[in-house]
Amino acid sequence: MALNLTVAVASGKGGTGKTTVSANLACAAVEAGYRAAYLDCDVEEPNGHLFLKPCLSHRYPVSVPIPEVNGKKCIKCGACQEVCQYSAIVKISKTVLTFDNMCHGCGGCSLVCPAGAITEKERPIGIIEKGSAGGVSFIHGRLNIGEAMSPPLIKAVREADQHVNLTIIDAPPGTSCPVIAAIRGVDYVLLVTEPTPFGLNDLGLALDMLHELGIPGAVVINRANLEYNQLAYDFCRERRVRILAEIPDARRVAEAYSVGDLAYYAIPGYREIMKQLLTSVQREAIG
Amino acid sequence: MKELVVISGKGGTGKTSLVASLAAMAEKTVLADCDVDAADLHLVLEPEIKHSEKFIGGKTYSIQPEKCSACGKCFQLCRFGAVMKDKSKPPVFKIDPIACEGCGVCGYFCPEKAIHFEESVSGRWFISEARYGPMVHARLGVAKENSGRMVSLVRNQAKMIAEKEELAYILVDGPPGIGCPVISSVTGADAVLIVTEPTVSGQHDLKRVIELVRHFNIPAYLCINKYDLNLEISNKIEMKALEYDVQVVGRIRYDRSVTSAQVRKLPVVAITGSPAAQDIRATWDILKKELN
Repeated sequence: MALNLTVAVASGKGGTGKTTVSANLACAAVEAGYRAAYLDCDVEEPNGHLFLKPCLSHRYPVSVPIPEVNGKKCIKCGACQEVCQYSAIVKISKTVLTFDNMCHGCGGCSLVCPAGAITEKERPIGIIEKGSAGGVSFIHGRLNIGEAMSPPLIKAVREADQHVNLTIIDAPPGTSCPVIAAIRGVDYVLLVTEPTPFGLNDLGLALDMLHELGIPGAVVINRANLEYNQLAYDFCRERRVRILAEIPDARRVAEAYSVGDLAYYAIPGYREIMKQLLTSVQREAIG
Repeated sequence: MKELVVISGKGGTGKTSLVASLAAMAEKTVLADCDVDAADLHLVLEPEIKHSEKFIGGKTYSIQPEKCSACGKCFQLCRFGAVMKDKSKPPVFKIDPIACEGCGVCGYFCPEKAIHFEESVSGRWFISEARYGPMVHARLGVAKENSGRMVSLVRNQAKMIAEKEELAYILVDGPPGIGCPVISSVTGADAVLIVTEPTVSGQHDLKRVIELVRHFNIPAYLCINKYDLNLEISNKIEMKALEYDVQVVGRIRYDRSVTSAQVRKLPVVAITGSPAAQDIRATWDILKKELN
């Protein structure tokens, strides 16, 4: 058994089954003897806990540094405004205003201030909760409501050390900064799609993203359906990407999902699909 | 003129399918696809591009090796791990464009002024003539930042079209989640239509997305897609909506014709007689009254 494998589950399009695949894969990994962790990096809308139902044991806030201006020391020179690329610190007539939501925490303003008037303070953006779920180490992040920037919290979820040998990352949807933060540096990515025009269009974007990042990956077809599968087969052949699993479309799968039942235990045949997928991932990722 | 933004929290609840159908029913409408990460509305509405422009999303920084003295200042100051140092002696420093957040601290403090920047193209945006009227859409480059700013741009362009052509509605297909592009999609809108589904995930995410629109003080309406998939959870969602004072304007039945419409590049309402089409029509009837 290879040590320290990190596999991310991503998709481009939302709602294709990332959480389903990653949570069930975590169950298969534990059964196969791995010390496995499930990391929910969809910090805007984390759902993994609804299926894995972890027993949470730790909880802590995650903060980003933001500037604090000491009005007495400030000489109103405007150097801070000049260095800030995000309009998060602005000199307006005789005062300097900060816009915390815009700040990326680069530290430029406090470095540049000639009067030493800018210090940094911590601003909480969300929390991390850790626990365990049937042998799976569980970690998720929850972004505070109204908070725009999720990448620092996503990075913190990934840094929460778990001493495992298989890490499964449940990524957010899309192809921009939050996803990049969730999948950068992983060993392998599973892209979950559905055999529909929307699913495949966004799969194409996700494949471009993997290519850009230089991460190997393969496809899982969820809601596989005899009527439309050919669309996905043709697409994947054209894009030269392998399909590692097909999860059949069925109303009872949707119903099990609706109440938070893990298909791994609830739906006959699902366990075998997931075990097979785990074997395929091991083979593909380790080479 | 009313701007209605369709969002969901959880992805894949049916935002785009619903927007395509609303577009087919609403008269005098401009469409804006603000899911700039993974835009899909064009797959149904088949827009013909009339105008296309680059989107400058930020700056790209690079170290000019001939000027670099390998002092390591940039490496020491960058908080995003974007300055890479190799093992040669003296080390060679490089900027990783994907990790770079464009803060410019490296360039500002470089004693040799060895860090060069240029405006970077983060994507493209388009004004098109689509099946049911004008449409503004965009494509954010892969692994690029600033989706929030691109969303604002798409909304502004749509607004300008609506004003110029005296249109009645701006229909916005929003992104999933509650973060930066969603906040950019909803701030200042006349109303938000939240699309959810009766699943534990849908229910969980709905609560967060309702709190988000309340945080920004935007009137919200709710549509429950796949309503009959789990009536018990649908009821719980209705109770929650009541508690938050959000009116339920749509209850759409679970219907496979939604997928077949998508495959045929048609809005669901074009599949006459399908349960989902009937329910979407009823949703628009209520929503139209509410908006005016």
